[in-house]
Amino acid sequence: MRPIRDVAVVAFGQTDHRRSSDELSEVEMLMPVLHEVLDRTGLKTSDIDFTCSGSTDYLAGRAFSFTMALDGVGAWPPISESHVEMDGAWALYEAWTKLLTGDADTALVYAYGKSSPGSVRDVLTRQLDPYYVAPLWPDSVALAALQARALIDAGDTDEHALAGVASRSRTSAAANSHAQLRGSVTQGDYVVRPLRAGDCPPVGDGAAAVILAAGERARELCERPAWIRGIDHRIEAHGLGVRDLTDSPSARLAAERAGAFERPVETAELHAPFTSQEVVLRKALRLADDVDVNPSGGALAANPVMVAGLVRIGEAAARIHRGTSDRALAHATSGPCLQQNLVAVLEGDPR
Amino acid sequence: MSKEPVAVVGVGQTKHVAARRDVSIAGLVREAARRALDDAELTWSDVDAVVIGKAPDFFEGVMMPELYLADALGAVGKPMLRVHTAGSVGGSTALVATNLVAGRVHGTVLTLAYEKQSESNAMWGLSLPIPFQQPLLAGAGGFFAPHVRAYMRRTGAPDTVGSLVAYKDRRNALKNPYAHLHEHDITLEKVQASPMLWDPIRYSETCPSSDGACAMILTDRAGAARSPRPPAWLHGGAMRSEPTLFAGKDCVSPRAGKDCAADVYRQAGITDPRRDIDAVEMYVPFSWYEPMWLENLGFADEGEGWKLTESGVTELDGDLPVNMSGGVLSTNPIGASGMIRFAEAALQVRGQAGEHQVEGARRVLGHAYGGGSQFFSMWLVGAEPPSS
Repeated sequence: MRPIRDVAVVAFGQTDHRRSSDELSEVEMLMPVLHEVLDRTGLKTSDIDFTCSGSTDYLAGRAFSFTMALDGVGAWPPISESHVEMDGAWALYEAWTKLLTGDADTALVYAYGKSSPGSVRDVLTRQLDPYYVAPLWPDSVALAALQARALIDAGDTDEHALAGVASRSRTSAAANSHAQLRGSVTQGDYVVRPLRAGDCPPVGDGAAAVILAAGERARELCERPAWIRGIDHRIEAHGLGVRDLTDSPSARLAAERAGAFERPVETAELHAPFTSQEVVLRKALRLADDVDVNPSGGALAANPVMVAGLVRIGEAAARIHRGTSDRALAHATSGPCLQQNLVAVLEGDPR
Repeated sequence: MSKEPVAVVGVGQTKHVAARRDVSIAGLVREAARRALDDAELTWSDVDAVVIGKAPDFFEGVMMPELYLADALGAVGKPMLRVHTAGSVGGSTALVATNLVAGRVHGTVLTLAYEKQSESNAMWGLSLPIPFQQPLLAGAGGFFAPHVRAYMRRTGAPDTVGSLVAYKDRRNALKNPYAHLHEHDITLEKVQASPMLWDPIRYSETCPSSDGACAMILTDRAGAARSPRPPAWLHGGAMRSEPTLFAGKDCVSPRAGKDCAADVYRQAGITDPRRDIDAVEMYVPFSWYEPMWLENLGFADEGEGWKLTESGVTELDGDLPVNMSGGVLSTNPIGASGMIRFAEAALQVRGQAGEHQVEGARRVLGHAYGGGSQFFSMWLVGAEPPSS
């Protein structure tokens, strides 16, 4: 389905993602990134028609944590603004729909997450069914390991191939100054079999911001806008027992609805925090072997929770801005074992 | 390029109570969604997307509960968005869902908001630790009481006005089978004799803590044409935010609220809200917020809001009924409270409000706010489709 209005990513900024940022509040971590995208477009806060953010109170450890970030944005005079308790990729989706209605021509989207104050593996268990599953505290690595085991048992991959995914991602990340784990990283010991340390994402803090603009406004703000040709997201059942963990029907459907299968993409930025999840996504998204997957290093190189999905869209867009790609797919995920998936297809103007 | 007209064709809510021990969170939300679908005479397969909202996850102790609720809301295989904008979230959630239809992304959307406060402790969820907030605020009442006092001082309102609002809203609630508080023996004297909690706010002038959910089915022009009951049409909707605290903030009548209302009125072609709007469901968690919001929303000049309340204009049979459902003062599942306001506005223009129906209500405003009077969301719905 083609959107009724042309909307593009015109600017993207992200922090250096780090294991810890003790000396910074969330707002202090976010502010330089907001200024970066505003400076890049020459826009001021008061020029932005709509603002939308993604974050979660559970990382901050306090209710209404996003209100403090809003103060930092500078919401005076009052702004048209909203917030999703989801990865920033879904904040971008909300902003995109707002631009489609014609009520706004520009939007600022941002996301931030600090995992360093707590144990993110424990925190994420609080996402699970609160009556039957969460009380058992199954953590995110253990659940991903179940998925990896299912894939290996199905003959879709093996530990050697997973190590290859890890190695390729972190080698690519060597060229990404924002990444947390870069270059040669040892696979290390098992964390939860069959996943080794190298198969798991780093735990880190970070923030990202994107500016969207519609139609001619996008061309004014960016030399080569990354047009959102399609964007869609789908969710699956929560219970792992009723899902085929070797497949991702929601990612496939989102990609189909976003128009990803109409023509091949050159680049794909996948939000696959675990090596095994890249195997699932490559198949669901029908990515050919010649597609450049995660040239940024992906979530295996930096995985700030609530931010990593928005970073994928930003990285894909930035390649179009730079002219190193003409058609790119960006993917974000949420929930245990790829429960929820978003796919965006971005294109530059023909050259 | 023009927006797709948006219609409300289904409304459902639970009977709001202090504790729904008979259902899980999933059971609670499904009950409201099922009722909204029944009202629209649609099935789960007619729904293209789900937009869900609630206030902080700490209120139930579940992080991003939309993941767990996907199955209960028939969202498997569909898009599901989760909105969180503090107390205004119920309204914001409906507006985000509205955009999916208005932007022609989806034809029919289920939107739902809930809070199951009995699962946890809302007071704990609202008590932010130092250094994020100064101590001594003592919950929401402690935060808002000084602003009420400032309103009284600024306008010279007599200290009896708050009790009039509480007495009215609790009587209205008796006509609403879904309202939480049904105080059959309520009298004005009882309100005035209730204990002082946060001076000048008395116990009977505060909202309860409720379990409840509210759902709506939003659809496009084609969907509205198939609706078995009259649709409510969206004529205007907006959100505005401003910082929590800063030197220039007017906590009595925040500019974000004024700007938000002005945007809605512009979209809906309202030039004189007092004359053009037939009834209002506004977010009044503490009774004094009725006169305060009457001014903020442009129904009365500055300093004059309390006179409308005192003269009976806002009674159910008055010239401008306010909070026909009994309002937040009678029912407060926080995350759902904003959507209940929006839903009540829709029920009124559809003529489906039962015993608390305002005769001839053609244009009704739904209003929500949250945070430290910093997040606002509003919509104006009408019995007729928008002209443009």
